[in-house]
Amino acid sequence: MKVAIPVDDKSMSTNVSQSFGRTPYYLIYDTDSKKSVFLDNSAIASQGGAGIKAAQTIVDSNINAIITPQCGENAAEVLKTANIKLYKTINFSVQDNICALNDGKLPILEDIHPGFHGHGGN
Amino acid sequence: MKVAVLSGKGGTGKTLVSVNLASVAKESLYIDCDVEEPNGHLFFKPKNYASESIEVKIPFSDEKLCSGCRKCVEFCKFNALAFIINKVIVFDNVCHSCGGCILLCPEQAFAEKDKLIGKVQYGVSENVTVMTGVLNPGESSGVPIIKKLLQDIVSGPELIIIDCPPGSACIVMESIKDADYCILVAEPTLFGVHNLNLVYELVKLFKKPHGVILNKCVEGENPAEKFCLEKDIKVIGKIPFDGGLGTLNSNALISVRENKKYHDLFASILQVVTKEGSYETVTNP
Ligand code: SF4
Ligand code: SF4
Repeated sequence: MKVAIPVDDKSMSTNVSQSFGRTPYYLIYDTDSKKSVFLDNSAIASQGGAGIKAAQTIVDSNINAIITPQCGENAAEVLKTANIKLYKTINFSVQDNICALNDGKLPILEDIHPGFHGHGGN
Repeated sequence: MKVAVLSGKGGTGKTLVSVNLASVAKESLYIDCDVEEPNGHLFFKPKNYASESIEVKIPFSDEKLCSGCRKCVEFCKFNALAFIINKVIVFDNVCHSCGGCILLCPEQAFAEKDKLIGKVQYGVSENVTVMTGVLNPGESSGVPIIKKLLQDIVSGPELIIIDCPPGSACIVMESIKDADYCILVAEPTLFGVHNLNLVYELVKLFKKPHGVILNKCVEGENPAEKFCLEKDIKVIGKIPFDGGLGTLNSNALISVRENKKYHDLFASILQVVTKEGSYETVTNP
């Protein structure tokens, strides 16, 4: 299974990013091979609809699950339509969250926040 | 003469100025373009005689025609489209109805449906004809409503007051596009200067004749006034920070209809606006 986590930096010691749609990078972790790669989020510069674009990138990268502190409703709709599981982070540590995932201890993400629909900042 | 009233943020007295200037004229048309929070009608309490629904076209893609080329998804700069499990999903609340995806789809897979986004109301309050735009909550853009409001002015009263949305986004540009004169309403604080600068940059960009009304003026230094001096912007009026005016306003009463003092204040501001506006149109056709 491949999981994606929004992260602040391209390093394994980085923290989980607060925003799913506007994170600079995603850490893609493969639970079978235990390998990780980083993916740039091209949606970060979008005026509006960043969550949708970011979710599209995740879908196109054949990800099976995401681990994120929060997620907007439009992004969530894309991810759910593509049968991608949404897990909620337990803290800021990438390692802790991957361990929790391996142990089957990550909660399902429930609180999906309404989108800002391009009103933010333009 | 079309006069647009702007401010960098809400709550600076933009509606107070708009409503009172419209009321002090012999006859006028007041257009509330602040579609996310139209407040003018609370003052005018107009007798509404008509209301019209505003709809926009939202595309939807036919799975059977779609080849999955994704040109539409890449094109949409609002990111309103996603391509998931062999079909295009349209996010209605993000789509700006630009029609681009429909045009460029090589398979002509798109068709359109109507979507209700708000309404325009027409009413009368004594000497003022009141038009109000209302955008339904959660919708992406009020621009179609503004377009409708402004296209409906054909002929009518000499004075048209356009109460603009706060800020300087594209919806504000749409509101001032055809204005002959722009009034910028500013508060006497440092933050007020920041907000004033936003709309000042905008009217400069559009090369609109403009002037500032300083609201909530008290004794002592006024940073907004200093800004106007520095930038050589004409101050066309000062509204004192005055308990009486505040009370009338918070009771949703129109000050110029209640009190001679405020009537005279706004009448003199309107005189300046009319003079400035027509002067500018003569020299600046
Ligand atoms: S452009 Fe047309 S054919 Fe291509 S993905 Fe979009 S809807 Fe399908
Ligand atoms: S109409 Fe324009 S904004 Fe709407 S989905 Fe198509 S390209 Fe995007």
